[in-house]
This record gives sequence, structure tokens and C-alpha cells, in this order.
Amino acid sequence: MRTQQTLVMFAIFVGITLIVTYWASGQSTTRRGFYAADRRIGGIQNGWAIAGEYFSAASFLGITGLVAFYGFDGFMYSVGWLVAYLTVLFLVAEPLRNTGKYTVADLVSFRLRGRGVRAIAALSTLAITLFFLIAQMVGVSALVNLLLPRLGDISAIVVVGLLMLTYVLFGGMLATTWVQIITAALLLSASVGLSLLVVAHFHFSLGSFLGSAAAVPMNGHATNLLQPGLLFHGALGAWNLVSLGLALVLGTAGLPHILMRFFTVPSAQAARTSVAWAMVLIGAFYLTTSFMGLGAATIVGKERIGPRMYAGQAISYIARHPEEENRLDQQLTRNNYIVPKPDSNLAAPLLAGALGGTLATAFVAAVAFATILAVVSGLTLTASSAFAHDIWFSLIRNGRGDESEHLFVARAMAFGVGALAIVLSIALRGFNVAFLVGLAFAIAASANVPVILLALSWRRFSRTGAMMGMLSGLGSSIALIAASPVFMGSRAIFPLENPGIISIPIGLAGAILGTLLLRDRESEAMFDQLQVRANTGLGAEI
Amino acid sequence: MRHVKTSRWEALAAEPEFRALVRARRRFVTPATIFFIAYYLALPFSVGFLPQLMSRPVLGPLTLAYCFALSQFAMTWALLAVYLWRARRIDLQAARIRKRETRELLEG
Repeated sequence: MRTQQTLVMFAIFVGITLIVTYWASGQSTTRRGFYAADRRIGGIQNGWAIAGEYFSAASFLGITGLVAFYGFDGFMYSVGWLVAYLTVLFLVAEPLRNTGKYTVADLVSFRLRGRGVRAIAALSTLAITLFFLIAQMVGVSALVNLLLPRLGDISAIVVVGLLMLTYVLFGGMLATTWVQIITAALLLSASVGLSLLVVAHFHFSLGSFLGSAAAVPMNGHATNLLQPGLLFHGALGAWNLVSLGLALVLGTAGLPHILMRFFTVPSAQAARTSVAWAMVLIGAFYLTTSFMGLGAATIVGKERIGPRMYAGQAISYIARHPEEENRLDQQLTRNNYIVPKPDSNLAAPLLAGALGGTLATAFVAAVAFATILAVVSGLTLTASSAFAHDIWFSLIRNGRGDESEHLFVARAMAFGVGALAIVLSIALRGFNVAFLVGLAFAIAASANVPVILLALSWRRFSRTGAMMGMLSGLGSSIALIAASPVFMGSRAIFPLENPGIISIPIGLAGAILGTLLLRDRESEAMFDQLQVRANTGLGAEI
Repeated sequence: MRHVKTSRWEALAAEPEFRALVRARRRFVTPATIFFIAYYLALPFSVGFLPQLMSRPVLGPLTLAYCFALSQFAMTWALLAVYLWRARRIDLQAARIRKRETRELLEG
């Protein structure tokens, strides 16, 4: 019954977004239309779209579940996702809009001209977007196993992949933008609605709500969920959080799929307005994770949140390797973690069920799937722009070729990226790939952000510096993840789960060292022009 | 606009009016960035290294840690508001330069 209701609601969402795609298809007949919606998206609309691009099912179901089980320690995750936007607002959004065309590589190679810089910038964009894309698509399989266990996960991945390709191929950036706006609105109404129901359940008394969150019965004794230390312990826990926090707060300003959204607005002022709106929406959403999570713990009860343990993709991993379950349990217990038997990802749907009935559960499930669709569409478009605009048009064709060739290549690349994502996600669906998101943030923070900031502010910054910076940030992030507990378990060489705290300084040092090594007068001469353009908007792309 | 000579960009970059614009931006952005990163990192550090202090209930049952985490939202929105207010003035400076340059270009 619930499966049917979810499918009907998801079908309504798909129907509406397909109508939007049909309407948008007439308007993506040029490159500027396909990648940047002709730069006619308004600031407020773009703010909603940024939120839709940023909200993921992992935030909605995952963080809510973490708060339900670990209280404050789960909520710690929510904080960084909002604070990160200050970096975007202060340092990146406006200069990027003033100096770029379609991709992050445009900004970097504006003054650091040359094939090497653009090629490496495109490589880092591709690494980030593909890692994100695979994590999201594999998440579809986990979500289907969790919420709609009667459906096959392979067919779900294929359906999501085909819908995403339909939006991107036919509707380009305009359709993707509206899919994201609609999703952001749905997700916010679901989370704010649930939070209001939680507060209403406690007769609108915050005191009694917090009071019961401070004494949640669990295994016979009361746990205080408002207290820190239920998930992270001691010095290692603190350094883990600091490293993850740094990658999050700096990395968001280097995420190509977020940055690409700033090319869709007409001016730097509109870019600023859109970050402001995004920050209000994103903050509101992450605040609700507290209400939903603590609400699920107090109203539903931890014991009743479902049959399985572990967050995210581990569900399908264990479904395929049941013999591993005990080993994982023991490993976590050894490291002093609480190992809850029930699955925390079910917290939000079950809370919805307890407060609003099966229809509410179905709505929450449908919104979770819509969220994945909105995110993967933006990622596919971004990856295709790096392939088509940076690699094909700028490097292989040396800037030649007419509009129809560009559009054809852009669509062909989007199709290739989508097909690759579908195949890889089906192949990887039994594995725990949640670490890919952390890796993508670490690469963005270590490879992209130092180079973007130095290009904008340091006259002497050179091409060698940019290339060394990006390669050392990219390489050290991947190497440290490979040596971390995520891959090597208890034999890990590097103790932290996120490499940010080491890889960000390495990326920065690489960029500075490369610059001091080899003087680059040509790039120095372009600094004045870049600075004037970035600050005044003179000569900005329209 | 694409055909502005390089020498013109350099002259523009050296103008006192433009330098003032860059300074006005940096005067806000640099300290604000240092402040919010420090304020944000203080949360995991304090929770990780001072767990007893941070577990103390201060607002009813709400612990110091939870209040600190919630204050991060307030801090972020407050900095956003200050930046939006500041940026309006910086916009005016930039618009003056932009208007003048565009006029000069049209007149040859």
C-alpha cells in the first residue's frame, strides 16, 4: 500500500518535471542556453535551485537518523553545511560570475592561459562530479532496498538515470534549474511540516520537547541526546570532526556543480542575492534536522526505527554480505561506538508515519527520490560541461567549431556521463561508497579552492603554481583516503576518515611552491585585468 | 568591451578609485572570513577536548554544546546580513567605475 502511494506521488513529480522539460527544450538551442539558461535565471530562483542542488537524500534521511541516534553529535554534521556558504558568499560567487563563462576552468585559466592549467582544472571537476554522481546513484539502490523493498534496485537506478538524462539532454540548464527549485520546495515543506508536527505533538512546548530529548529511554536507562560524545570520542573524534569540518567549509566553495549555478544569473549582484536566499533555505532545512531527529527519538523511539543498523549505503552492502555484519559490529564496538541495531535512515519516514499516517510516509519517501534526481541532473550537466567545453572545445578543437557542433558534443558527453554513471552504480551497488562524498569535498577544498583564491588575489601566481597546486591537492586527497580507516580498517596508516586537514595545506603549499619555482610574466601581466573585471563586472559575460 | 587594450586595464587597476574599491571589499572580507572559520572550528575543538564543560545544561535542559551549535546558525545569518548591507555601498563604487568606463569606450 505504502509502495503504491509513494510511486503515485513520485509519478506526479515526474509528470510535472517532464512538462517543465518540454517547455525548456525550446530554449536550450545554444551553448549559452544549454549550460547557463541564457543567464536569465533570477537571483531568488537561483537561490532555490542552489538549495535543491545541495540538499541530498543523505542529508534528509541520514542526518535526521544520526540525530535520532546520537543527538547532538549527529547535529554537528548539520552546522558545517550552512557555515560553508559564507566562503561561497565572501570569496567566490561574485568574482566567478564576473570572470567566468561556463566552467570553473574558465576562471582559473582566464589569466593562467594554457592547455595544462585548463586540462588539470577539467580533470579535477570531473573527479569531483563523478565521485558525487556515483555516490548519489548507488544511494538510489540503498533507498529502494530501504523504502520500497518490493522493487528491484537495478531497475530503480535505470529509471533514475533515464529521467536524469531526459531532463539534461532535452531541457539543459533551464529544466535542471526548475527540477531543483521544485525539489527544494518539496523537501523544505516535508521537513518544516514534520518539525511543526513534532512541536505540536508536545503541545507547542519547546520545554517539554527538549525535556524528553534529554531523557530518552534506551536499553533500560535514560540517554541525554542533547549531550555531546555519543558518537565521537576523545582526541581522535575531535580531529576527525575538525578535518571533516575544514573540508566542508572550504570545499563547498570549490564544488563545480554549485559554482556552475552562478553562470545562470545575469550579474554579480544576482549571484549574491542567490547565495543569500540559498543560505536562508539551507539554514532552515538543517535546523529542522534537530526537530525531526530528536522527534523521531522521542516519539517513535529508537528501538522501533527498523530492522537494520548502519547509515547510508552500508544497508545494501550488508544485504549482500551478511557474514560481514558481525565483523563490522565488533570493529565499531572496539572503537567505542554505540552500535544501534535499528537502521537510523528510517527515522524520518517512521516519524512521518507516526505523526501523519501512511500518506505522510509515502510523501517523505517520494521526496527523497526526487532529491536524488535533482542532484544527479546538476552533476551530469556539470561533468558534461567539463568534457565538452574544457576538453573538447578548448583543448582538442582549440576554440574552433560552430554552435551546432558544440551543442551536439555537449549532449553526447552528457549522454556518456549518464550512461557511465548508470553502469558504474549498478556494478558498485553492493559496496559502501559513502566515503566518495567526503573525498569529493576534500578534493574541492584542496585542489580547487586554493588555486581559485590565489588566482584572484596573488599577482605573482603562475601556471606552474596552479598545476602543481591542483595536482598535489587531488593526489594527496586520494592517497590519504586510500590509506585511511575507510579503506584499510584497523590497519590504517592515516588515522582520520577525511583527509582535509592534511590535504588542504598540501594543495596550498603545492600552489605556492610551484609559483616560487618558476616565474610567469605573462600571467602576472593579466592580473590587473582579472582584478578589475572581478571587482567591477566590466566586460562580464552576458 | 572584449577589445579593451591591456594598457587600459592596467591604468584602471592603478586608479585610486579602483584601489579604494578593492580595499573596501578586503577590509570586510578578510577579517570576516578569519572570524567565521575560527568560530566554526571552535565547535568541534571545544566538544572534543572539553566534553564536561560542553555537556553542562545552560538553557533549561539545552546543553552548552547545543547552544553553541545553534549559535553558529545565528552567526552565519548575521554575517550574511552585514555583508549584504556592506556590499550595497561597494556596488555603488563599482557601478561608478563601470559607467564611466563604458561611456569613455563609446566616445572612443
